[in-house]
Amino acid sequence: MLKLAAIGAAAGAFSGLFGVGGGTIIVPLLILWFGFGERVATGTSLVAIAVIALFAAVGQGLYGNVKLLDGLLIGIPAVAGVVVGTGLQQRLPERGIALAFAALLTGMAIELIV
Amino acid sequence: MDVVAAIALGFAGGVVGGLLGVGGGILFVPALAIFLGEDQIVAVATSLIAIVPVAVVGAWRQHRFGNVRLSEGLWVGALAPLGVAIGVVVSNGISERALEISFAVLLLFVASQMVRRALRPRPSREA
Repeated sequence: MLKLAAIGAAAGAFSGLFGVGGGTIIVPLLILWFGFGERVATGTSLVAIAVIALFAAVGQGLYGNVKLLDGLLIGIPAVAGVVVGTGLQQRLPERGIALAFAALLTGMAIELIV
Repeated sequence: MDVVAAIALGFAGGVVGGLLGVGGGILFVPALAIFLGEDQIVAVATSLIAIVPVAVVGAWRQHRFGNVRLSEGLWVGALAPLGVAIGVVVSNGISERALEISFAVLLLFVASQMVRRALRPRPSREA
């Protein structure tokens, strides 16, 4: 439980600091710390993200920072995308998921440095 | 054309979200900021409007595939706001460049751990 708290706190901290979603922190921590398989880690992470993003969206909405129509313009295709992405994932070997994730993290790191 | 690009990035962000268990903000924020001309703060805030359904639908799909540990996910989500508070306090005491560099180092370290894991002999433990 304490470790879960630590993951949540770290995800929130990085979210607050960098505006990156918690998923980039949550997934590797679930895999490397908790020994979750890649599929279960990514699936479980989405539950956490749903909670975090909902609260964050409400908070930001109260500040007036949310443009609902633009959000829907992105969000509707995004939902189609996640249906495709989750289906795709089931066909990938788990080590492929881990490598793809490593590539994502590396890309983010490069973007931060330059 | 910009609208088409934004829609395409929205779709791609969803695919990445479903594939890797992230929210998709990595693509949504640039889509909003660059192609829809939003300010950074508005882009970050508005991307959440896309992230919520992506995460909910994605979690539902993964649940059907048997890939969700519900209570763990809820615990992580519930405790994140504490981390946000810590992050806000910490970020105000450190230079932005120092934050970027340390985060980049952390990301690279985690990436290397993931690669190590991917390359080690199988079978992996299915937790």
